[in-house]
Amino acid sequence: MSGALLSVEDAVVDLPTPRGNLRAVDHVDLAVGAGKTLGIVGESGCGKTMLSRAVLQLLPKKAKLSGRVMFDGQDLTTLSAEKLRKLRGRSLAVVFQDPMTSLNPVLTIGTQLIETIQEHLELDLAQARQRSTELLTAVGIPAPEQRLTQYPHQLSGGMRQRVAIAVALSCEPKLLIADEPTTALDVTIQAQILDLLAREQQRRHMAMIIITHDLGVVAGRTDEVAVMYAGRVVERAPTPALFKQMRMPYTEALLAALPKLDVPPHTPLPAISGRPPDPTRPLKGCSFSPRCRYSAGRCSTEKPQLSPAETSEHLYACFHPIAARVSA
Amino acid sequence: MMLQAASDPLMKVENLVVEFSVGGKTIHAVSDVSLEIARGETLGLVGESGCGKSTLGRAVLQLRQAVSGKVLFDGHDLTTLKGEALRRMRRRVQLIFQDPIASLNPRRRIGDIVAEPLVIAGVKDFEERRRRVSEALSAVGLDPALVSGRLPHEFSGGQCQRICIARSLVLNPEFVICDEPVSALDVSIRAQILNLLEEMKARYGLTLLFIAHDLAVVKAVSDRVAVMYLGRLCEVGPSEQLFARPAHPYTALLIEAIPVPDPDVRPTQSVPVGEPPSPIAPPSGCRFRTRCPRADARCASEVPELRVVAPGQFAACHHPLI
Repeated sequence: MSGALLSVEDAVVDLPTPRGNLRAVDHVDLAVGAGKTLGIVGESGCGKTMLSRAVLQLLPKKAKLSGRVMFDGQDLTTLSAEKLRKLRGRSLAVVFQDPMTSLNPVLTIGTQLIETIQEHLELDLAQARQRSTELLTAVGIPAPEQRLTQYPHQLSGGMRQRVAIAVALSCEPKLLIADEPTTALDVTIQAQILDLLAREQQRRHMAMIIITHDLGVVAGRTDEVAVMYAGRVVERAPTPALFKQMRMPYTEALLAALPKLDVPPHTPLPAISGRPPDPTRPLKGCSFSPRCRYSAGRCSTEKPQLSPAETSEHLYACFHPIAARVSA
Repeated sequence: MMLQAASDPLMKVENLVVEFSVGGKTIHAVSDVSLEIARGETLGLVGESGCGKSTLGRAVLQLRQAVSGKVLFDGHDLTTLKGEALRRMRRRVQLIFQDPIASLNPRRRIGDIVAEPLVIAGVKDFEERRRRVSEALSAVGLDPALVSGRLPHEFSGGQCQRICIARSLVLNPEFVICDEPVSALDVSIRAQILNLLEEMKARYGLTLLFIAHDLAVVKAVSDRVAVMYLGRLCEVGPSEQLFARPAHPYTALLIEAIPVPDPDVRPTQSVPVGEPPSPIAPPSGCRFRTRCPRADARCASEVPELRVVAPGQFAACHHPLI
């Protein structure tokens, strides 16, 4: 995609393990434009977090990355550590799942915010302090001046995640990566945090990537969704098209397996049998084929490539896609 | 009792109070909760973290000592039982935990883990133990010949939860408390385990107390649902009715906050309702009032009692929605 703020081109991440090579990310292409939100959905071990780490250039030391990560006109894979450090926190920010581990427990909220701001922006202490207070107000923290002097453990989980978001937003990033930002939070807090992220994204015209295992989280809050399975993107589409005309049986099965509020109690759930393949023992054919109810013929011997549906924006990797089967 | 579930309650909790002391302060974990669970019923218990739902589950099993109140299981008050009498009762009540991997001893073989309850219950005959372990493992969809000799780390989270379920069923219990049994599992595995719990319930004739924070998960398996907030029950009612027409503003807030996997359903802008207060100093009167859009002076001064709002549905609110 031309004009995208971030484009990941043919990314492959390999991790050496005692059991052999683990391909965490397998030839992934993705792009996000300024002001747009991309959702990456998948279950644990599907490679969604490794992919985000590849974008941030924060992969484990032993990991090998190939492909390009173009961000704002530069290939991040070729930048020096020093340049990357300047970029991260400034124009490339991240919010992790567990705010307790992303905040430093022995520094006050104020120190952490002011440190980040002064590291990247030329502001004196008073200005940085002023900005910190404004940021805490923006993320919905009451009594911000008082909070600046508090430590992370003195705040609730929801409040800590708000602080982590304030730190991420502190230098006006161009891209915010939110990796399971609400998984550790309660449902009433989750809604508030997702609204906060959406509001700030709009206001700052940021690009945002939301990584989640919950299709419900991406449905109303993203422009495009990529579904990952066993290291690969298996379907990618503008959000409405993905939910209305999904092609990939895995996407369908994932949605069907969710308990729904409008179904009477004790209705058996359409579960996906089996479990994802061992990533150190890659399958020859489609990774989902052993669990797929439509699997037949070449599914187990040949890997389906991502190919376009009606529009070039909707891609799926399946030999027996859903809509086509109905019409055939 | 006010909360008549059915004519034949297997478990009856009466005015249960559980408190902890932490650093000289008292945490009001469960405050005056009464519940009935009918034989063969699944009661779902939902609430956010820290609302006391797990503590309630543990207090029912006498793993936490109650300050006051009764836990009547099949007519026996468990809070007054001790020693051998309590142990005998406990065989009929089992517990399944959230983290299936952490609840299995990593150094013991699956066959021994599942046989442990039988050993404790005094089943001395080795052959009988082996037969019952095989039965339980087969019931949860595992091949006893393949898994018995292996160690927990050789299994995935979903399979470990199957093993935990097998262990809980090996003594043929009547009542099983499931404490967030699927929240550590992926969506595709979660559905398998929920279906398995339903099958096991039918096969073993179980009565379940199903504790979870996820309303959709609770709705999928429960006949009735109880909603808990900061140590107190807000609302109890038949699942479908409660989700269709919640009476308590907190139940309504919980339902509204669930993200719907449909892009046409625009997420309603969340009400800025803030966060739950501390259970060390819960608000006076109705504990939900600090986050409630309908709260008034009466809510601060008077604790609302659970009252009938519809057939079988009870809510503790001065200004119910129905």
